[in-house]
Amino acid sequence: MRAALKVNGKAHVLNDVDPECPLLYVLRDNLAMHNPRFGCGLGQCGACTVLVNNVPTRSCMLPMARANGREVVTLDGIGTPEHPHPVQTAFIEEQAAQCGYCMNGWVLSAKALLDKHPRPTDEQMRTAFEGLVCRCGSHAGVLNAVRRAAGARRTA
Amino acid sequence: MTHSSRRSFLKAGSGLLIGFSMSDSSIVPRLFAADTAANPAPGKLDSWLRVEKDGTVKVFTGKVEIGMGVWTGLTQVVAEELDVPISRVEMIMGDTAETPDQGGVGGSTSISNGARPIRNAAASGRYVLLQMASAKLGVAADQLQVKDGVVSAKNDASKNISYAALAGGADLNDTLKVSGGGFALNVEGRGKPKDPSTYTVVGQEIPRLDLAPKFLGTAKFITDVRVDGMLHGRVIRPASAGAMVVSVDDSAAKKISGYKQTVAKSNFVGVLADNEWGAVRAAKEVKVTWSNPATVFPEDVYQHIRNTKPKTTRDGVKKGDAAGALASAAKKIEASYEWPFQAHATMGPGCGVADVKPDGVTTIWSGAQKPHALQEGIAQMLQVPKERVRVIWVEDAGSYGRAGYEDTAADAALLSQAAGKPVRVQWSRADMTQWGGKGPPVVVDLAAGLDAQGAVTALQLTSRALSGTEVQPQPSTAGNLLAAQLIGVTNTNVGDEFVQWGGDTANYNFPNIRSTGHIIPALYTSQSPLRTMHLRDPNGPAGTFAGESFMDELAAAANADPIEFRLRYLDDPRAKKALTTAAEHAKWDARPSPKRPAANGDILTGRGVAYALRGGTHVATVAEVEVDRKTGAVRVKKLVCAHDCGLIVNPGAVRGTVMANLVQSTSRVLMEEVTFDRSNVTSIDWKTYPIARWSDIPEVEVILLNHPEAPSSGAGEPSSRPTAAAINNAVFDATGVRFRQAPLTPAKIKAGLQKLA
Repeated sequence: MRAALKVNGKAHVLNDVDPECPLLYVLRDNLAMHNPRFGCGLGQCGACTVLVNNVPTRSCMLPMARANGREVVTLDGIGTPEHPHPVQTAFIEEQAAQCGYCMNGWVLSAKALLDKHPRPTDEQMRTAFEGLVCRCGSHAGVLNAVRRAAGARRTA
Repeated sequence: MTHSSRRSFLKAGSGLLIGFSMSDSSIVPRLFAADTAANPAPGKLDSWLRVEKDGTVKVFTGKVEIGMGVWTGLTQVVAEELDVPISRVEMIMGDTAETPDQGGVGGSTSISNGARPIRNAAASGRYVLLQMASAKLGVAADQLQVKDGVVSAKNDASKNISYAALAGGADLNDTLKVSGGGFALNVEGRGKPKDPSTYTVVGQEIPRLDLAPKFLGTAKFITDVRVDGMLHGRVIRPASAGAMVVSVDDSAAKKISGYKQTVAKSNFVGVLADNEWGAVRAAKEVKVTWSNPATVFPEDVYQHIRNTKPKTTRDGVKKGDAAGALASAAKKIEASYEWPFQAHATMGPGCGVADVKPDGVTTIWSGAQKPHALQEGIAQMLQVPKERVRVIWVEDAGSYGRAGYEDTAADAALLSQAAGKPVRVQWSRADMTQWGGKGPPVVVDLAAGLDAQGAVTALQLTSRALSGTEVQPQPSTAGNLLAAQLIGVTNTNVGDEFVQWGGDTANYNFPNIRSTGHIIPALYTSQSPLRTMHLRDPNGPAGTFAGESFMDELAAAANADPIEFRLRYLDDPRAKKALTTAAEHAKWDARPSPKRPAANGDILTGRGVAYALRGGTHVATVAEVEVDRKTGAVRVKKLVCAHDCGLIVNPGAVRGTVMANLVQSTSRVLMEEVTFDRSNVTSIDWKTYPIARWSDIPEVEVILLNHPEAPSSGAGEPSSRPTAAAINNAVFDATGVRFRQAPLTPAKIKAGLQKLA
């Protein structure tokens, strides 16, 4: 099929793509992007998270037939090294990772959570993060980063 | 002599690029036909560091970053000795053609051992540069000072010259005295390192150099290495242990867009496509018929371990007469503890890229922890001289030991050799969880004698286990690699790792101690999904789960507070300080365990402690838990960990590592167990190998005890060690029931509580 995507604000047209091909492979292989990342291909871990209409979405489970025409934002699309997103700044300040391979899921889920609930409750955090895996165990740092980002928003 | 002649293979015009540095990982150097790439000699200062024309100090190390901040820590060590800003130090890590062989990373030794030759080389670099400056400026070397890479006279700042002007782009041409090898490799030169009491960079909480790019999405991992003309490969795993290929039919795969070929060599079957999705689809479409499985895995692994004749037995600590003291003890206590198979189950399931040229010249990109050993293993598998193989480390997800990235690289090498093109292999989740590394199951039998006053008179430990090194951590032989096993290479380099008192448990000062370790034969010796490999702190959590839970049993038998009881048998003030610090921060409720459980209500609460010593690092962890009497669920509310690893190079990096270790080790004791049937592993993904999720995570508090006067010991693994026992002891405190088998699943806890009622 012929598919159109807008990724981090840039329009792409793919002339010959398998409608069943998950968005993940199109982003990484066809568009040569480094985000998101492959973790399980089963929708169980969140390493492949992208934002579709600001909703954290597992790109390994989203076939191109359904991704066609969507606006996609990846981890490197929410901020830049010069102007990081406040959530990225909070993660940097809290040093909230070990290997960092899973961070597409955590940072983007945190951004979407805080956009929706600027002062998230424990339950809202649980809903946002329970589906994500971090094998290194960086969760305590992530919690600190989310609290910091929420606090920064309040004082901004 | 110019630096371009520093290594003979870096020939002009060969297309080679120099250095795959951490700061510019978009460069993809590779060997071309007839190139060779010997390992840099550690006895040359220029093998370790070089000053570039722009003043950048390039440092070449066989250590690699696996997610705990070693890149940053080693950078601080160099910046300290040379007096250059951190931003001017560039690390080139784990490239067999560019960096000395330091044994890769492992054993929490990257700072404790690995920083030594780097520190000494940097100090020698400084010495040589000061000699040069002395000649140029006409000032005695001891009258010179260095700031931000500029040498100046102490009494006349106008007399100055930069490192770049002195030696930019040129060799330093000095020799170093080499000792040891592997992790213990050391070099010493003419320059002596600084006195730690004068440190201004080492010891500072510098943000980790690798982390910001990981949150910004600008970091590159091994999965992002792309080589011109590269194909995507996937490997089709045997249907079970012992299954042999009967036939391969790729007719359905031929219809897939971009499909190139199927490679079948003995029991190794892989597919290649020019796009990744094509490879994923083709791997499903190729029909492989496998022979019947071998029925080799036991129904009850602990029964199997107990009933199997050991292949090797080794005596550990032998102090006094434990048997005699046990026989005459006023009270004798015995218990047996069990620890399951656990999986590395890395976050990224493994990725490797290989470019094998027709003449055997090979470049491998891999996140494996030991690139130099992998160079040897791959060369042996491909049957080419080692110098023709260059392994370039590129960061993969955290590996926690020998997880399987070595095997991924070997898969790519076999496929590239067959296709005559560069090949990238991305492992699937099942490739990693089902077929990747496994930590071994362990049974620990303990017996102790107490006298009438409750003092311990004897301790006896007998362990029975599968060796944790059925596949060695160093992939330096072909048989070490799963791909090679699948093409019929036998793994002959097998180790025995015994669980012993004092090594895998804390070493309390009892008058009579006897420790014996047994290792039973591997369940299946070739291409087994249950082959054991080093998993973070090998045997540490298993041994300490037993030893420190048992210590708690002894404290309870003596009707003593668990911390006060431990302090009676510890002599080292640093050990005592770790325990008392953790107690203080946890507001430890000093009293014997168990607590009297509340008569009503579903939630029981308790606190427990455990202490561990690993490679010189002291760790004491206090756990607070809630146990749901109805469901058997254990909720770890809080972990307080006091951690003493000697001199701390970067407190932030250590704290982050310990915090994560506490969470990972909580996951291991609460829920992690590899499941299997008689012929295959049935833990294949995150549903069948669940680990801790958000709602399982305790609050964590880490207290770092810095000892600048003591050498750095490790921080990568030690805090993995006491968590399991601390939690188990808290469960005992809450419930009055002693559990002796990990993981502490709700079903086990519930059954234990019902037995009590």
